[in-house]
Amino acid sequence: MKAQGTVFKYGSNVDTDVIIPARHLNTSDPAELAAHCMEDIDADFISKVKAGDIMAADKNFGCGSSREHAPIAIKASGIACVIAATFARIFYRNSINIGLPILESPEAAAGIRSGDEVEVDFSTGVIVNKTTGESWTAEPFPGFMQEIIAADGLINYIKQGGMA
Amino acid sequence: MGMTMTQKVLAAHAGLESVRAGQLILANVDLVLGNDITTPVAVTEFRKIGIDAVFDKAKVAIVPDHFVPNKDIKAAEQCRYIREFAREKDIENYFEVGEMGIEHALLPEKGLVTTGHLVIGADSHTCTYGALGAFSTGVGSTDMAAGMATGKAWFKVPSAIKFNLVGKPGKWVSGKDVILHIIGKIGVDGALYQSMEYSGEGLQHLGMEDRFTMANMAIEAGAKNGIFAVDEQTLAYIADHSTKEFTVHEADADAEYDEVYTIDLSTIRPTVAFPHLPDNTRTIDEVGEVVIDQVVIGSCTNGWIGDIRMAAGILKGRKVAKGIRVIVIPATQKIYLQALEEGLIKDIVEAGAIFSTPTCGPCLGGHMGILAKGERAVSTTNRNFVGRMGHPGSEVYLASPAVAAASALTGKITSPEGLDA
Repeated sequence: MKAQGTVFKYGSNVDTDVIIPARHLNTSDPAELAAHCMEDIDADFISKVKAGDIMAADKNFGCGSSREHAPIAIKASGIACVIAATFARIFYRNSINIGLPILESPEAAAGIRSGDEVEVDFSTGVIVNKTTGESWTAEPFPGFMQEIIAADGLINYIKQGGMA
Repeated sequence: MGMTMTQKVLAAHAGLESVRAGQLILANVDLVLGNDITTPVAVTEFRKIGIDAVFDKAKVAIVPDHFVPNKDIKAAEQCRYIREFAREKDIENYFEVGEMGIEHALLPEKGLVTTGHLVIGADSHTCTYGALGAFSTGVGSTDMAAGMATGKAWFKVPSAIKFNLVGKPGKWVSGKDVILHIIGKIGVDGALYQSMEYSGEGLQHLGMEDRFTMANMAIEAGAKNGIFAVDEQTLAYIADHSTKEFTVHEADADAEYDEVYTIDLSTIRPTVAFPHLPDNTRTIDEVGEVVIDQVVIGSCTNGWIGDIRMAAGILKGRKVAKGIRVIVIPATQKIYLQALEEGLIKDIVEAGAIFSTPTCGPCLGGHMGILAKGERAVSTTNRNFVGRMGHPGSEVYLASPAVAAASALTGKITSPEGLDA
């Protein structure tokens, strides 16, 4: 599975309160959440993002709250994949559990800028920056997580007999 | 090779003799927790699995606390959705507003969590119960749904950082100052994916509430969990609160740690985290003049009875500075009643502060104390991210209840030490 799109790049320690501010957590509707995604640090994000675009960031992306509304909002905004140097652990497991593709690569995170055109191959972990010509390979997921990803999230994994 | 405390708890719940860092395991959970923000998503996911009952109706806890008492119609609808689920599934530990509290103070108080337990909660501050020598960690709503359905959760076994506590903290230094000091030292991702394990002779000088505060903020260093060695204070606490069977796990003498820090509690100063990250810390001696608009004393971090006593003790017989809004929020109904019986509410209200029913409210910018653009709050809560307590142009300074109460009297960030004079 591949994705190609324009990059929205952010810095380190992007927290879940800026991904989706708590004032909007009185709903869990993905479209409503997406409408406010990133608004406190990038007011233009939601008007500019197109389906298939890519989000990138430096270290500790998604730190803070356990709100699954954060990866839900990013996924519903049309973002196809998040690439970061490192992810905060709850965001990491939430993304796998809901089927938002994420890739951890400090080198790729350092070599990608806002506006770059980037292609990602989820099966191989290869990230290609079409704008600069650079490419990197992200760490592959352990087999168990790949099974959850292949099932399109934890709930389907359980329905298929996983976690027994 | 030996195991850390956390690894011992995980191994015991995975039915394994030993586990090592990096290993993926499937573990049985003793309790699955959710609140009014995360449970609605979990309920929707649970229903997709297509089973009728939760794995154990005594091992699920649902605590509406974030936007409760319901702050608006949407929040009320979310609460109704989870209330109906709790009734339908006969969830034994669902707490309506009159019997509730902020989840992470309520569960230990009710004895639902005890030493050696493994708890997952759809709230990042679930790590609080590490104070009891339990493994507890925050997860998302889908993990909560999976946990309610199967009684299990998957984990990558963490490595650990050991904090060897020595010395005795000064009069005005609390667990909040210690954890802010540590986060300032290691950074907001200083313990990413790791356990923070506390032991050492200094532990005797930290009460259970100090430990809850410190374990609570493990997530603010990126940690999977914080966990404290079990001592006489722990055993006394669980004897007072819980009738559940418990197991004391000790780290092996040859357990391997990624790093070991010795923290001399006697050298720690009252500490404040400046905007907009909890690791942006300064000692009280370095804060300079920071004029404030609001003070919040409460939350799952610092809404314990000792925190309310500290605030009331400082406010008693004094007046809040003109123009400063001071909001004091006990973490549970029991703490509320204790404050009432001890006369603390009178001291707080007479000083010109307000005393609220338990809620997470202002900590996450929900309700009960939202900041306007450009406003500053000193808060005993756990996060000072952009927009955390209101307008993205507002600022939150994290501090102990003593610093927060002293600041309420002057209208700027103030050391409680001057009150001795």
